[in-house]
Amino acid sequence: MTPRTAPAAAAVAPPAPAPIPADLTRERLLEMYRYLRLTRALEERLVALYRQSKVIGGLFRSLGQEGESVASAYALERGRQRDFLSPLIRNLGSMLVMGAQPIEILRQYMAKAKSPTGGRDLNVHFGDLELGYLGQISHLGDMIPVMAGIALSFKMRREPRVALVYIGDGGMSTGTFHEGINFAAVQRVPLVVIGEYNYWAYSTPPERQFAVPRLADRVRGYGIPVESVDGNDVLVVYEATRRAVEAARAGQGVHFLEVETYRRKGHAEHDDQRYVPAEVLERWARDRDPIDRYVAQLTERGWARLPELAEIDAQVRQEIDAAVDACVNEPLPEPDSALPGVYLDPPVTPRHWYRSL
Amino acid sequence: MPPVTYLEALRAGLWEEMERDDRVFLLGEDIGRYGGAFKVTEGFFERFGEARVIDTPIAEAAIVGAAAGAAHMGLRPVAEMQFIDFISCAYDMLTNYVATARYRAGLSTPMVVRGPCGGYVRGGPFHSQNVEAAFFHTPGLKIVYPATARDAKGLIKSAIRDDDPVLYLEHKWLYRRIKEDLPDTEVLTPIGEARLAREGRDLSIVTYGATVWKALEAAEQLANEDKLSVEVLDLRTLVPMDDAAIMHTVRKTNKVLIVHEDTRTGGVAGEIAARINEQAFEWLDGPIMRVTAHDVPLPYAPTLEDFVLPQTEDVVKAARWLAKY
Repeated sequence: MTPRTAPAAAAVAPPAPAPIPADLTRERLLEMYRYLRLTRALEERLVALYRQSKVIGGLFRSLGQEGESVASAYALERGRQRDFLSPLIRNLGSMLVMGAQPIEILRQYMAKAKSPTGGRDLNVHFGDLELGYLGQISHLGDMIPVMAGIALSFKMRREPRVALVYIGDGGMSTGTFHEGINFAAVQRVPLVVIGEYNYWAYSTPPERQFAVPRLADRVRGYGIPVESVDGNDVLVVYEATRRAVEAARAGQGVHFLEVETYRRKGHAEHDDQRYVPAEVLERWARDRDPIDRYVAQLTERGWARLPELAEIDAQVRQEIDAAVDACVNEPLPEPDSALPGVYLDPPVTPRHWYRSL
Repeated sequence: MPPVTYLEALRAGLWEEMERDDRVFLLGEDIGRYGGAFKVTEGFFERFGEARVIDTPIAEAAIVGAAAGAAHMGLRPVAEMQFIDFISCAYDMLTNYVATARYRAGLSTPMVVRGPCGGYVRGGPFHSQNVEAAFFHTPGLKIVYPATARDAKGLIKSAIRDDDPVLYLEHKWLYRRIKEDLPDTEVLTPIGEARLAREGRDLSIVTYGATVWKALEAAEQLANEDKLSVEVLDLRTLVPMDDAAIMHTVRKTNKVLIVHEDTRTGGVAGEIAARINEQAFEWLDGPIMRVTAHDVPLPYAPTLEDFVLPQTEDVVKAARWLAKY
């Protein structure tokens, strides 16, 4: 190898930017950053609203898991009638990437009349079939067979679309997870399953949940490709999801991608997480925060400068401020709006007799 | 002794049975070191150890099925559903396996499945359900639903000692809302016996669970405002149902209002009405009426939840109407 001697003048010039990974651009890198920051900032604002008792029920954080949520969703083809995902409670970032609006999230948590479910269901339990996301229910594992069915519809209609669904280290213990992923594998539907290894299912650690080292080990027997990656490295998750999505789109069936991350808050805001060693939380926050690591990648590789990112942060704050201002004083649903919509026909459930006395 | 809450009474009942009988063990999600989502089993892991307080994977069918197997072999498992809404994941195990075991195979399955039920807590559609009707229809499962701290304790103890599988439904709205002095002596509530919660002459309210308290509030209001004397019967056990107590109150007041928090269609109230019709029709001076939730999934927003669920005011209005009939 010939030693290279740089000209003297080049030593003071900034280094040339590193090559941007395939199919990303500087604009797209910054857009992913914006979603990461939006996710975290929106949850922080929800905490404030929770403490003011504006949030009606529980509040669930994805602190530390924003990277894998945003990056995996960002690897999909987004827009009307394109790819499709189903998030879990800690995939707020995925929903925002798919087009859910901060004001919708705020209204859901505050059970406002104008929330996407009209105050009927909680938090991120809502969807938009056009934009391509379907809300979960609380029964873990149920969305695996449902998303297998959505992927089946793509296969039957020969549409070049892919479905992506998340499952946690706890949810993978359910029967519906196993029935669903096996069904999808047998049918070779275009489904990507993201297994989130975040170390805690409420208070239950991995060793009380399964007896193998990795989530991928639980899935190998279904005869589908599996891969395990660092879930707190945004670019690694993006690239791995991208490969799985394109393979699924090319007719190669179900793919399972395990992302290792860490749930840095309790199950919900009421949970003080006393069962987690403080030093472990500190280590994940200090060394493996997905946003801090992404910022370092962007700046050290010459793809972005800190002032640009600070500008995005300011825009995000403004956007959230505006959304909160717009909805915080909105009314709750009218009581009798509880009655319509159990069936298409008959459209309204009868009011009980004594309510008309 | 200071008064204890419903939750503390349940905890004490579980604790005493574990102390008394080393065949009794607990299994469920996050019940060990964490002490359960509602802290019902707080301190059990430290006292009884991980062999008798088992943290399980998120797998209700496995929890119930494993409890059944252990029960066949002479152990006395108490399985916790973190919220009773998740019992649907074990529906197959309970209805096909557990409920039929004695009848078809002569197998004894002395186990308890318990968990927090009910609404009035802004829990939304998947953390507020009442599930009794789904299992009420299945022969082979006993169902108890305490409304008081005393019965929370007395029924968990009786359920654990019962030789048949018992579904123990506890109401999370009552957990910390009611307090009661309990005696130092053993508290055992017999399965299958209703409790007269308030004596009256003009009209009977038959109810169970959280709506016992709505009925009692309504009875008090009706006594004060209408000079109506309302009797309140707390069923406590749904299967086997205490027909004698129901017919006794019907014959006494001749008018009956059935109140439950669960939805109306296919609910327990329909069965109660049918039994009264069959066994005490000639004693009735008015139609048997129901106050229940509306037939919709339970919504999250306070305005919607309050509308859907039966409230004290509903019981008052319905009772006034019936009293005038």
